[in-house]
Amino acid sequence: MPEEAAASVARAASTSFSDHLGRHHPDLLASRSRVDFPAQGAGPALAPHATTIVSLTFAGGVLMAGDRRATMGNVIASRHIEKVFPADMFSVLGIAGTAGIALDLTRLFQVELEHYEKIEGTRMSLDGKANRLAAMVRQNLPMALQGLAVVPLFAGYDTSRREGRLFSFDVTGGRYEEQEHHSVGSGSAFARGSLKKLWKPNLDEASAVQVAVEALYDAADDDSATGGPDVVRELWPVVYTVNSAGTRRIPDRDLETTARNVIASRSIAGREA
Amino acid sequence: MTQQFYVSPEQLMRDRADFARKGIGRGRSVIVLSCRDGIALVAENPSPSLHKLGEIYDRIAFAAVGKYNEFESLRQAGIRYADVRGYSYDREDVTARGLASVYAQSLGAVFTAESKPFEVELVVAEVGEHPAADHLYRLTFDGSIADEKGFVVMGGAAEAVVEVLRSSFSEDLDFPEAVRAAVHSLRQDGTTGAGPQLGPESLEVAVLDRDPEVARGTHRAFRRVGIPELETMLTSRESPV
Repeated sequence: MPEEAAASVARAASTSFSDHLGRHHPDLLASRSRVDFPAQGAGPALAPHATTIVSLTFAGGVLMAGDRRATMGNVIASRHIEKVFPADMFSVLGIAGTAGIALDLTRLFQVELEHYEKIEGTRMSLDGKANRLAAMVRQNLPMALQGLAVVPLFAGYDTSRREGRLFSFDVTGGRYEEQEHHSVGSGSAFARGSLKKLWKPNLDEASAVQVAVEALYDAADDDSATGGPDVVRELWPVVYTVNSAGTRRIPDRDLETTARNVIASRSIAGREA
Repeated sequence: MTQQFYVSPEQLMRDRADFARKGIGRGRSVIVLSCRDGIALVAENPSPSLHKLGEIYDRIAFAAVGKYNEFESLRQAGIRYADVRGYSYDREDVTARGLASVYAQSLGAVFTAESKPFEVELVVAEVGEHPAADHLYRLTFDGSIADEKGFVVMGGAAEAVVEVLRSSFSEDLDFPEAVRAAVHSLRQDGTTGAGPQLGPESLEVAVLDRDPEVARGTHRAFRRVGIPELETMLTSRESPV
């Protein structure tokens, strides 16, 4: 009996919500469902696919932006999808890959952080959050091998170091801290090229928003799966910033101004790119 | 061969209830009151980190008196219950009534079947759109549950505190007024020698905001009131003492 009571101390090391679900309600975890596809790589045509996310640091914080398109093979599945979410008060999460699984991962991660905060009475460290997300991405590895991969991008304000940091992940749960800026998804190669030319140290928040919108514009220009600003439907990218005051969604009217400026300046230039 | 003495069920339950009451009676008081701005939770607690008040979910809070290890495990179980439920259904499907009835079942089962009952008393509070929609559920060690209106006082000197609080309580109080009324009545409980000196550092105060979306841009209504804010709350305008 005393041994058993002592063992409960070790069990209390993890206050993870997803571990709790895995033990007591495994059917609620998307990563536990077993699927056998007739052919590998059927994923992209089977379910909507979320595309490009860009993230960059600026003076005193970090920003993340995503376009509004989801595709299913050659079809546009959604023009309204949102792929960047606040994870908690000081971090944001953007997703690329199979939309259904990615949205589920986001919801689970949000509850994971809130659950920890309520049980422990304190916030998880930024590195702790990145490690938890890596573990959750790794649990999805069997599905990723079937073609249903999810690759998040994670950014947050480190309250102890007082700076914005960003992390990328791979399907095996690898976690990589990125410097300055990063991009994931089908249009990421083009967005990254754009970011390399536009990003500068110590950007202010408004210029950082401008850089992000322009990088997404360049991605949409060359990648058919990334949506550009839609002036007909008035759909603008989703942009969140995180700084010492917490996460903030940039209002649509600011994004409209920025997006229209980008379109106007390029129209005036009248060049091929 | 040893002979088991016969103990009547009435006697057995009475002994257990007396045992639990004795444990709870040693504890300092906790007050939960519903007012205009939301629900205020006020506890006499010298420790800044071993909480008696806690957040359960978006609009639901937890307050307890009694043995720390027992109510702490109930608090954690409540958070797990709420988070699993909110994740598998929807956030708005998590209610204080559901949680309170699960707590009641658990407390009742332990009271009748285990060798020792829980020495705790709990309040599960849910803030509504207006004071009439607030819910305060009081749960006692034997699993009985009561739906209270206005305010709840738990702990050793509860009767004395209720007497004082009844005179100053109304549903139209704002948070500073409600907290001042609660602290004033805690000071009058007549048990602790430190009664009149009950200052911000020996109090634990939290609130459930009625409209957290407008006030702080979040869906989580629970907020701890820190010592600096508590000091202004207690000293603002004339003190009712």
